[in-house]
Amino acid sequence: MNKRLVVTYFNNEKDLLHATSFAKKNKYEIQDVFTPYAVHGLDDAMGLKTSKLGIVCFVLGITGAIAKLWYQIWTSATDWPINVGGKPLNSFPAFIPVTFEVTVLFAGIGTTIYFLLSDSRRWKKKIRPNYKTVTDSEFALVIVPNNAVYDFSETKNRFKQFNYLRMEEIIEKVNNEKD
Amino acid sequence: MDNKYSILREPLVLGNKSIAEVTNDIAKPLEKKSSKLWWICFLTSLLILSIGMVAVTHQISTGLGTWGLNNTIGWAFDITTFVFWIGIGHAGTLISAILFLFRQKWRTSVNRSAEAMTIFAVICAGAYILIHMGRTYFGYWLIPYPNTRGPLWVNFRSPLVWDLFAISTYLFTSLIFWYVGLIPDLATLRDRTTSKIKKGFYKFFALGWTGSNKTWHRYETVYGLLAGLATPLVVSVHTIVSWDFATSIIPGWHTTIFPPYFVAGAVFSGFAMVLTLMLVVRKVLHFEDYITLHHVENMCKIIILTGGIVGLAYATEFFIAMYSGNEYESFTFINRALGPMSWAYWIMVTCNIVAPQFFWIKKIRRNVVAVFIISIFINIGMWFERFVIIVSSLTRDYLPSSWSSYSPTIIEIATLIGSFGLFFTLFFLFARFLPMISIGEVKAVLSYGKNGEQK
Repeated sequence: MNKRLVVTYFNNEKDLLHATSFAKKNKYEIQDVFTPYAVHGLDDAMGLKTSKLGIVCFVLGITGAIAKLWYQIWTSATDWPINVGGKPLNSFPAFIPVTFEVTVLFAGIGTTIYFLLSDSRRWKKKIRPNYKTVTDSEFALVIVPNNAVYDFSETKNRFKQFNYLRMEEIIEKVNNEKD
Repeated sequence: MDNKYSILREPLVLGNKSIAEVTNDIAKPLEKKSSKLWWICFLTSLLILSIGMVAVTHQISTGLGTWGLNNTIGWAFDITTFVFWIGIGHAGTLISAILFLFRQKWRTSVNRSAEAMTIFAVICAGAYILIHMGRTYFGYWLIPYPNTRGPLWVNFRSPLVWDLFAISTYLFTSLIFWYVGLIPDLATLRDRTTSKIKKGFYKFFALGWTGSNKTWHRYETVYGLLAGLATPLVVSVHTIVSWDFATSIIPGWHTTIFPPYFVAGAVFSGFAMVLTLMLVVRKVLHFEDYITLHHVENMCKIIILTGGIVGLAYATEFFIAMYSGNEYESFTFINRALGPMSWAYWIMVTCNIVAPQFFWIKKIRRNVVAVFIISIFINIGMWFERFVIIVSSLTRDYLPSSWSSYSPTIIEIATLIGSFGLFFTLFFLFARFLPMISIGEVKAVLSYGKNGEQK
């Protein structure tokens, strides 16, 4: 099945924000918005939910902390206990600095890798707006028209108030994945 | 974003740039042929680096006896320079993480280069750690892996092991933070460049970035999380470096003031280095509209603050040494200021306490040449600070019979110079192939301080 998409280009974030809110309010399905930088307020306009990356980061950090703490106690007190200057074998407070570093290492690198892997699925998509201009200076709003009432020139008229640069129709091949 | 800000706020980007102009201005130096000036700078750095490499090769093949160390003085140029480089790195993380969390928008023009500086400085510091082991090829023994020697584990109670974890975490986290920040810009370059080789390079590292806001949304979350993690990390790194000294019982080292004192000193020296580099970069690459006098002034103000903390720490340290009544402690400090190594102490005081005071004057803060000169003074002063702490404390032992003195050998001096060669070689390569200013982030602050219509 093929999917029809309407791509509207803007040259500034204010028009884009208004158009996105308008599309959301008028029940257009917003597939995505492409911008050259992170536009403040666009997440709300698109109705994106807070991402769960924070939880991933927290879990990874805790995992790193527990693993490293256990490792230090196991190596120093169980596997080969060595008396260093009469200090206790399980010198718990002295193990905290390394535990902290490993927490940060796990959380930071793990979250980034998780982000890159989980999002590369979206990046691989073949059809996208003419991204050459989107990474430079233009903003693109991609909507999926509602088939029942869809009419290109009608859509054009409705978005005219937002001073768009141009509006294009593209056909996207759909592979059965949910975005 | 538009009318909310008063006209009293200085704009962050001058020259009324449009979004496309920003891309153009920052990407232009990467698309031109390398200038003669760049070749001269790069080859000079490479030459200096090779001098250092020769010295290090000689030292590793012969042994640490090629250094001026002796039984009393086990650390000198090596750890001094190691702490110096680690300290330099701290400003980069402060700009990229802490100023991000405080929503200081002026960071956008300088954070990319400052982060790059962090990474290169940490690489220099790491190299010093490996070099100072003498038997560098056994450096991997620091890693607690199941080995055939028992397995004999590292001593996790030792600050030197903490150091290994702190510095490697710092290196990896800074690297990943820097790279994540680069991805959108790499995509911008990918879509612009006409050279096939470059396109392939940028395409590979941009990971197929499209500018989708669903990704931006998650990207911002990751960036925020990394900033939140890097902030305590940067404080912990220099704290742990200071514990290398503070947990020992050498007079002059065994003090609780060390962690905050070291962290402030690190930020202080790091900002001086950022200024040294950025003032040159903005001139050579014509980034005056992006790295404005406003940015320079802000960094000078941070230098006054952290320099003040460092000055206070010097005074407190001295006062407590006297006030404690501990004869070893007070002797060490009198010896630092008036003993045979007092020249180093007074260089430190002049460069670190006196020099930054000029920044109270607005005219000087906005005078590029003056700021550049003062920043060089601070760089020198902060190197001497570590030298004073390490060497002056070690020259005098508890037993007068083991008192000694220190002078560096040619090998040590060549290694020190070589580390600068490494730093600048990496920095010039970075300046040639990657955008020095975060294109995406600068676009987002274009309207800052502008009254009225956005472009």
